[in-house]
Amino acid sequence: MLTKRIIPCLDIKEGRTVKGVNFLELRDAGDPVELGKVYADEGADELVFLDITATVEKRKTLVELVTKVAKTVNIPFTVGGGISTVDDIKALLNAGADKISINSAAVKNPGIVDEMAREFGSQCIVVAIDTKNMDGVDFVHTHGGRRPTLLQTQKWAKQVAERGAGEILLTSMDHDGVKNGFANEITSELSAMLGIPVIASGGAGKMHHFKDVFTSGKADAALAASIFHFKEIPIPELKKYLQAEGISIRL
Amino acid sequence: MEVAVIKYNAGNVQSVLYAMERLGANATLTDDWETIQKADKVIFPGQGEASTAMKYLKERNLDQLIKSLEQPFFGICLGLQLLCEFSEEYDTQCLGIFPIQVKKFPPLDKVPHIGWNNLQNLHSPLLAGLDESAYVYYVHSYYAAVDPEFTIATSHYITDFSALLQRDNYYAMQAHPEKSSLAGEKILTNFLNL
Repeated sequence: MLTKRIIPCLDIKEGRTVKGVNFLELRDAGDPVELGKVYADEGADELVFLDITATVEKRKTLVELVTKVAKTVNIPFTVGGGISTVDDIKALLNAGADKISINSAAVKNPGIVDEMAREFGSQCIVVAIDTKNMDGVDFVHTHGGRRPTLLQTQKWAKQVAERGAGEILLTSMDHDGVKNGFANEITSELSAMLGIPVIASGGAGKMHHFKDVFTSGKADAALAASIFHFKEIPIPELKKYLQAEGISIRL
Repeated sequence: MEVAVIKYNAGNVQSVLYAMERLGANATLTDDWETIQKADKVIFPGQGEASTAMKYLKERNLDQLIKSLEQPFFGICLGLQLLCEFSEEYDTQCLGIFPIQVKKFPPLDKVPHIGWNNLQNLHSPLLAGLDESAYVYYVHSYYAAVDPEFTIATSHYITDFSALLQRDNYYAMQAHPEKSSLAGEKILTNFLNL
């Protein structure tokens, strides 16, 4: 039976993890490769590396990081964060990344989704959508959620799916960082409407939030960062809990 | 132990090479006949689309080479599909090692089938040490039908399909062992020990 996926997200700057992590077993808590391996060994189903480096050296350091991760980690991983050209995508995939996540670049030039699908196949394209509810309507935001667009979230998700996205990574800006649960309503709406998997992100604080997003939110996967980094919820414990709650999970 | 990984126009072969490195095998990415023929084991990885992959193999006579090999041979993902008879993906005649049709999943659930799914009905030395609690990582839109003679494990998504196949020295797996954590490493180790 296909299982629901648990995905830790690591924020990266200049090849190092950004947010503090609370892993005593790590020799170097800032090393994304070591942290990624710990998560893989703990039972994470996938990893997401989100690069927030904004220098000209970005591509080089990111390719180096992807190479190291691919050599070390035995589960799939996605790389995202300011990736905007087909050349960059090709370099990252050739270095061993399984999927590439694009966000603002797709909003700026939706044709890049078609181009990526043609060149590399839908299976390696994740379109990340940051959404915020404004007076009852869901709008796409870009640049880390800071910049609103005129795109309605549901319409945009449908468009990128038709253009060839393989998965949607949906982050609710209303829920992100609040630890009060995922945005189950819009996650469920997109999951039912689209023929591709939806990864829910933003709002994880308690174990039951994951159960809720998999049941009422109909998510295929759930992503979180700080609760894993600070060990508020260890992945093995979370997965045991979900299985006991009747959720299909890989143990 | 010399492992030849067949070089053709397939995506993400790097991960297979890294997995071999982690297991201590000496793997070479190559399309050279002699190197492939002399190798102890041959891996035929794959990610991409069937018709362009077959066209590429035929142009380089790699299709004939693959059919003539006698050492343990392991097709992965698209590699499994190409070892079958025929694929519905652009109606492609494939290598025909397995007399099996490759079909597209009907749109009764999300396609592609992405994520971790378990193996069922396992019976092969390749799967020694694993049981139905073994999960492997899938990413595919097409599947090989179940054939009682050649299917050595099944998985279920929308329908039962061939998770792994075997005929003589030819083995094949639809999921990605190189991305399937310990279960995948066990299968690759078993293959190297054949």
